[in-house]
Amino acid sequence: MNKKWWLVSPPVFLLISFCVIPLFIMVYYSFLSDGTTGHLTLQNYLNFFQKGFYLKLTWKTISTSLLVTIICILIGFPMAYIMAKVINSGKNIILIAIIIPFWTSQLVRAYSWQNLLRDGGILEIILRKLHIIGPEPLGILFTQTAVIIALIHIFFPYMVITIYMSLEKMDTSLIEASKSLNAGPFTTFWRIILPLSKPGIISGSILVFVPSLGVFVEPRILGGTEGSVIGTVIEDQFFEIYGWNFGAAVAFILLMIVFISTTVLSKFAKEEV
Amino acid sequence: MAYLAIKNLSKSFQNNLVLDHINFEIEKGTFLSLLGPSGCGKTTTLRLIAGFEHQDEGTIHIGGNTIDTLPPYKRNIGLVFQSYALFPHMTVGQNIAYGLEQRNFTKGDIKKEVSKALEMVQLTGFENRKPRQLSGGQQQRVALARALVIKPSLLLLDESLSALDKKLRVDMQIELRQIQKEVGITTLFVTHDQEEAMTLSDQIAVMKNGKIVQMDTPQNIYKNPVNSFVASFIGQSNFLKGRIKENSQFVLQNGSTFSLPQQDYSLYNQEEYIISVRPEKIRVDQTRPSYPHIQGKVKFVTYIGNLSMYLIEALGHDIRIQQQNDSYRDQLKVNDEIYFSWNASDQSILTE
Repeated sequence: MNKKWWLVSPPVFLLISFCVIPLFIMVYYSFLSDGTTGHLTLQNYLNFFQKGFYLKLTWKTISTSLLVTIICILIGFPMAYIMAKVINSGKNIILIAIIIPFWTSQLVRAYSWQNLLRDGGILEIILRKLHIIGPEPLGILFTQTAVIIALIHIFFPYMVITIYMSLEKMDTSLIEASKSLNAGPFTTFWRIILPLSKPGIISGSILVFVPSLGVFVEPRILGGTEGSVIGTVIEDQFFEIYGWNFGAAVAFILLMIVFISTTVLSKFAKEEV
Repeated sequence: MAYLAIKNLSKSFQNNLVLDHINFEIEKGTFLSLLGPSGCGKTTTLRLIAGFEHQDEGTIHIGGNTIDTLPPYKRNIGLVFQSYALFPHMTVGQNIAYGLEQRNFTKGDIKKEVSKALEMVQLTGFENRKPRQLSGGQQQRVALARALVIKPSLLLLDESLSALDKKLRVDMQIELRQIQKEVGITTLFVTHDQEEAMTLSDQIAVMKNGKIVQMDTPQNIYKNPVNSFVASFIGQSNFLKGRIKENSQFVLQNGSTFSLPQQDYSLYNQEEYIISVRPEKIRVDQTRPSYPHIQGKVKFVTYIGNLSMYLIEALGHDIRIQQQNDSYRDQLKVNDEIYFSWNASDQSILTE
């Protein structure tokens, strides 16, 4: 064994004491019947799986996250492609424009979206000026649509940057080689560009999908009564109802969903290449 | 019209004229090298023919038809890139089959063509390897097979051998030339390596600043360069700048004078000329000869095995001389006093 192991001991110590141990305490809580005392039980987990409400909410959370991920790919890929392969100058400006919103608090951004999307807000005024909508109110705020728009805005940079990096690494002459072998733009995209940027798309998808599963700020601020997702349930249990045991159980179910989805996605990335 | 005809081709990038109205024609089956230093426009010419860039002016004809309006994927041109550009996620077999699949060959035909192509480049049995499992030379061959299997009307090679080490490069040069002759394909080879261009080509076009300076066979370019740029770019040469006077006297810029070899110089009536002589064309005597000669002193000796290079101090210039190391010739030593001369047929009288 390497004698330099002690060099990593401070981070290992920090990780164990502030991350691993608390995590195990929470696992323990999720099997307790009441607060920090009570007896060991499976009831918290059973409650979750026996109530259709929670299962529906789980599905809603997963499908929302999937939708956000897919839209991020659809918008992010062309943008990353243009940055990596089409334009020669101005890349840095675009990158900075993508990264700057990162430095703004998620809460502030959520409230900004509330202002943009509310009835009588800026978006409504603009759309009406352009005659895209009539005199009726916009009606987006406090719906699932508002939440999805905000989530795309928040997680989109992860997708663009990871795809951009995989395209940037790709030798442009591969695209030219494909064209010289009589493959048109569509075939070149489908058989060369897409397979070679797959690792970037998949890691981008993990970076968007996983945090989307756990959000609670945006659903609360922009989703209104329609906005409940697993994240808001967990938040309610911990901060409103003080139902730590059930909250912990739901949190671990969510963690399992994360584990399973990342495993499946990374397997996907490893195929071929 | 010749098989490949380039007419008045021009291209600028951001107001920077990279290709300046070039013209050339080659017959079917010719191996033409575009040779020149970086920035001379050779790669731009290749990219215009391939269709990756579009010319500002001029036309490109292949087999009598213009290809100017066709996108790259409809030009039917085989390309071997400097980086080979093999598709890393596909096997060797899939790489070679790629172009055939675009032409709707049947599965059986593709298999047959792929194995024929692999046999041609001596890589039979490598179908299922991935490009990264191959050596540089093998990747090069796969790239060549992939470009040739589609039976292109023209083969373009972009500095394709420069990534290989020297010994392998020489082997690949010979192999490339053999395959090219066997297939009989018209080939355009872009390189900055004059030795490579000499070895491979039927014709060489020497380029500089977006223009073709000289286009001819390797022998003619070497023997009769049109100017000192070509003479120094293709091989080495000694340049003596000065005026030709009566009685075949040549007056250098520094005032030294010597007699040129016997020839009629009456037509050379301009102010200034450059005499170019190849190092290996200079004859050395250790006793004073009767014919016109120059006296000099050996300054530096480089032994290269079969050859020796000598740096001679004469007429206030450094003259390079190259000699075979024969058993019947003594090697010169530093500070040896020598007399050297050359034949009139071995000198080029240049104006620039």
